[in-house]
Amino acid sequence: MAELLPLPDAIDQLIGDGDSVALEGFTHLIPFAAGHELIRQGRVELELIRMTPDIIYDQLIGVGAARKLVFSYGGNPGVGSLHRFRDAIEHGWPRPLEIEEHTHAGMANRYQAGAADLPFGVMRGYRGNDLAEHTRVAFIDCPFTGERLAAVPALRPDVAVIHAQEADRAGNVQLWGIPGVQKEAVLAAERSLVTVERIVDQLEPRPGGVVIPAWVIDVVALAPGGSQPSYSLGITERDNGFYKEWDVISRDRDTFTAWIDEHVRGAVPAR
Amino acid sequence: MSSASAEEAQTVVAARRLENARSVFIGVGRPSTAAILARMVHNPDLVLVYESGTIGAKPFHIPLSIGDGELAQTADFVVSVPEMFNYWIGAGRIDVAFLGAAQVDRYANLNSTVIGDYDQPKTRLPGAGGAPEIACGCGEVVVIAPHNPRTLVEKLDFVTTVGQGDGPGARERLGFRGAGPTALITDLGVLEPDPETCELTLTAIMDGVAVADVAAATGWDLRVADAIAVVEPPREDELGALRELLGR
Repeated sequence: MAELLPLPDAIDQLIGDGDSVALEGFTHLIPFAAGHELIRQGRVELELIRMTPDIIYDQLIGVGAARKLVFSYGGNPGVGSLHRFRDAIEHGWPRPLEIEEHTHAGMANRYQAGAADLPFGVMRGYRGNDLAEHTRVAFIDCPFTGERLAAVPALRPDVAVIHAQEADRAGNVQLWGIPGVQKEAVLAAERSLVTVERIVDQLEPRPGGVVIPAWVIDVVALAPGGSQPSYSLGITERDNGFYKEWDVISRDRDTFTAWIDEHVRGAVPAR
Repeated sequence: MSSASAEEAQTVVAARRLENARSVFIGVGRPSTAAILARMVHNPDLVLVYESGTIGAKPFHIPLSIGDGELAQTADFVVSVPEMFNYWIGAGRIDVAFLGAAQVDRYANLNSTVIGDYDQPKTRLPGAGGAPEIACGCGEVVVIAPHNPRTLVEKLDFVTTVGQGDGPGARERLGFRGAGPTALITDLGVLEPDPETCELTLTAIMDGVAVADVAAATGWDLRVADAIAVVEPPREDELGALRELLGR
């Protein structure tokens, strides 16, 4: 049964230095509040896993929290580069960053295999490109048809962190809108944390709603607005202006650090 | 109405490509603008598919990201990422995909990973995203890119996405579905794979553009079709709709 904890206690209890951590949410429902709490608590040596690193991992990479990044698309959606991600890879600032990159389909199938407790996922892909020799993929022959297929290793993060619209008091969670790969991430991970916009007495079924039961979640933490500047459909809106602003804030190391000091390290943790 | 800019013409030409398509897979930027324009002007039933999982999205505004709320709210249905790639793209259910890239070669292979060496990059680009599997699963691919020698290059720094591979038979040998890239639409013209060699060949130029200019802006020795067409300039209804869309 999921435990309801304040966010700082949840992060403290579930995520340690050196852990592999997947903060998922495909453009929608990105768990920014949890990421900021990781920065405040000064976690280091993390292996960060996320299909689209987005601004949240740009921030974690920029403060030097990550040893390694596993990803499939490292851009600022619709805007351009993630400058902290680029600075880490191109110049090793503030520390060298090991990368393991996949395609979106590869990452999706890796999460799905992890959720199914299978050793690998199988798909058509990776053939003929240069990515195959730089990442973890193998080619196998289908035992039934002989077709050559790509096998990708299951993802099994130590911890998955996702954000959802609501949970009930027992810790059952419901999210709706773009579902991304969050259910798979929670089921693939050893431990899981779900931050939510609100706690309700009873979950009301929503069209397209994804319910994740309390008995596969370790901790639920209340974090209203916790997916901003991404969004929680029906509750908050994507702050497209901030995604554009981030291009300016993150371009320069000092401007970035000053922004983190003021808006993340200097912010009062949610209780 | 003032005459169309090169970028407007590029968007209009890309939109025309969708006149008879049932579905199109798109990322943000010009591809998305072209697909929305196609729904407005040519093909109101066109199913817009965004990587975020929104299928049949009907955005009124041009989205900044593939996950904008308007896409989810207007979609026929919304699916998870594994479902998007396995059931819809991988299984070959999408007709056309629009892709962009930082580098394109003469066989319409694409680089969106890195400029320079992979381990010591000069410029680290965002990476593959969905492109490799989109290009091997969708019915056909239309590449949309700016026409200059830095983009249309002799040799890619990194092959992120296989287009026509190394020429005839390459896609079949790799077990890919679909036709692969059938056009590269730039701000100067349209390049299509030669039926025999699969090499991108200039088949149409934008109104007012000289073949020599296109060749000069291409990083390889450009082949030009015997019968080269001039693209019909954007019509008033197309340009009006595009400008109205951009102004929303």
